[in-house]
Amino acid sequence: MATIETKNLTYTYPGAAKPSIEDVSIKVEKGEFVLITGPSGCGKTTLCRCFNGLVPHFYQGELKGEITVAGEDVLKRHTYEMAKHVGLVFQNPENQLFALSVEKDVAFGLENLGVPREEIRKKVDWALNQTGIYDLRERSPHEISGGQQQRVAIAAVLAMEPEIIVLDEPTSFLDPLSAQKIFDVIYDLNKKQGITVVLVEHRLDLTAKYTNHLIVMDEGKVRFEGDPREILNSEETRLIGVGIPKATLLYQLLKKDGFSVGDKTPLSSEELADQLLEAFGTK
Amino acid sequence: MIEAVDVHYSYANKVEALKGVSLTVKDGEFLAIMGQNGAGKSTFVKHFNGLLKPASGKVLVDGVETTKTSVAALARNVGFVFQNPDHQLFSETVEEEIAFALKNFGFAPDVVESRVTWALELLSLTQYRKTSPFLLSGGERKRVALASVLAWDPQTLILDEPTIGQDHEQKEKLTQFIVQMQSQGKTVVIVTHDVEFVAECNPRVVLMKEGKIVAQGPGKDILTNPQILAESSIVLPQIAQVFTKLSPLGFPKNVIDIYEAEKIILKAKESKPQ
Repeated sequence: MATIETKNLTYTYPGAAKPSIEDVSIKVEKGEFVLITGPSGCGKTTLCRCFNGLVPHFYQGELKGEITVAGEDVLKRHTYEMAKHVGLVFQNPENQLFALSVEKDVAFGLENLGVPREEIRKKVDWALNQTGIYDLRERSPHEISGGQQQRVAIAAVLAMEPEIIVLDEPTSFLDPLSAQKIFDVIYDLNKKQGITVVLVEHRLDLTAKYTNHLIVMDEGKVRFEGDPREILNSEETRLIGVGIPKATLLYQLLKKDGFSVGDKTPLSSEELADQLLEAFGTK
Repeated sequence: MIEAVDVHYSYANKVEALKGVSLTVKDGEFLAIMGQNGAGKSTFVKHFNGLLKPASGKVLVDGVETTKTSVAALARNVGFVFQNPDHQLFSETVEEEIAFALKNFGFAPDVVESRVTWALELLSLTQYRKTSPFLLSGGERKRVALASVLAWDPQTLILDEPTIGQDHEQKEKLTQFIVQMQSQGKTVVIVTHDVEFVAECNPRVVLMKEGKIVAQGPGKDILTNPQILAESSIVLPQIAQVFTKLSPLGFPKNVIDIYEAEKIILKAKESKPQ
C-alpha cells in the first residue's frame, strides 16, 4: 500500500514568480527506502515540507493537486496531527532545536504525545545511544557543534518512532564515518521495523547503496523515478548534474573502453570491487 | 603567507580546542584541513584572519602577528566563508549582500558594480540578483556567502566546508574556481569532510584530531591510508576503497583519481593471460 502518494502536486511560495514544485506525482510504498536527489534548488526540500503539511499550512502560498500521507489527506490535517506519522529532520539543525538541554529536546515530542515518563526515559536513552550523543545529554543544544546538533535533531525524530522518517540532508555537517554510522542506524530501522525512509541527499557516494527507489528532480519536476541502478547508469541523469557515485562512474568508463565488469551497475565501491575481482578470475 | 606557531586555544567552557598547532601555509598553496567533528579545524582557521586570537603561541599573516592588528585589516587579505551561511548573510537582496564589503573597503561605485556582476556570474546567481538571500535554498545561500567574499578578491581564501549542500555541478565549478585561483597565485585553505571532493582536486592534506595535527602530506598518500583515516573518522574515497580490495591481486593501494584507476585496470586486463 502506498504510504505517500502525490498527484499533480504543484506549489508556489507566497510572492514567488514560479512554482517550486510542479506536477509532482510520486508513490512511496510502506517500508521503502527512498532517495531523492537533484541539483541545488530543484524543489527537494519543498517536496519534503509537503509530507507533514508544513507546506502549505505554515509556509502558506498556493498548493494544487493531491497529497496523501499515512492514509491522511495532508491538506485537511494540522501539522501537529501529521507529526504522529511523519518525523522530519531539516537541513539546518538550528531551525529545529530549542530546548535547554539535548535530552529535553529529544524528549519534547514524546512529552507532547503524553507518553508515560518511564517509557520516555527508555526511548530517549535509546535514541541518544543510537546517534552517539548520550554523553552530550545535559549540554545545551546551542553550544555544541553543527554535526552534533544534527545528531540531536535525528535523535529527536528517532525517539518518536514515526511510521515515516523524512531526512533532508541530515548529515551534511557530520564527518563521513559519523554520517555512515547514522545512515546505518536509519537503514537498520528501515529493514528491521519497516519504517519508511525518505532521504534527500546530494552525496550518492555515501547513500546510493541503501536505496531501492530513487527519485531525481530538476527544476521542480520529477525527471526520473525507479530503480537506482538503471537511473544512475543513464547518461541523462549525469547531464542533469546528479553526482554519480565514483564506483558507478568507473564501471561506466571501463565499459566504454570495452571492458564490461559484470552485468550489474555497481552502486558502491564494495560492489565494484567484487565485480572486478570476479572479472579477474579470483572469485 | 600564514604561519601558526604552537597555537593553543580554549573556549569559555574550558575545553582546550587547540593543543599546540604549528603550520605554515605558503602563498599560492592549496590546502585541505580534514578531521572529525570537534577536532579543532574551524577553531584553527578562525585564527588565520584574527577572528580568534591564540591563548599562547602566535599566528602571523604576511609577517604581522594577528594580535597586533584588527580583523577588519586582516579581512582585506584573508577572506573567510563560514560553514553555515546564515551566520554571514543579513542583506535584503543578494546584490546588496555582495556589495556590502566592497563598499566598506571603499571601492568606487563602478568597481563595486562590475565586481558584483562578476561574482554573481561566477557562482550562477545572476537570476537571484534582486532576491532576498533568505528565500534561497541552503546550497544557494552558501554560494551567496562565497560570492560576497570572492567579490573583494582577497589573497587568501578560507572556506569552511564549502561543499555542504552543493550539488555535483556546483562542486565541479568550485573545483574549477580553485584551480583558477591557484593560477593567479592565490592561497586557498578549505576545511572539509568531503573526501571525494579532496580526492578530485588533490590539495596538500592536513589531518587534525583532538586539537592537534596528526598527519600531513599529499592527498594521494593521506587519503589512501586506512589506519590514519579511521582514527580521524574519515572514510577512504570510493576509488581508494576499490583499490584496497584489489590489492591482493597486486594493484597499487594509493589510487584516488578515477582516470588513473581506469588506466591501471585496463593495463591489468591486457596483461592478464586469457
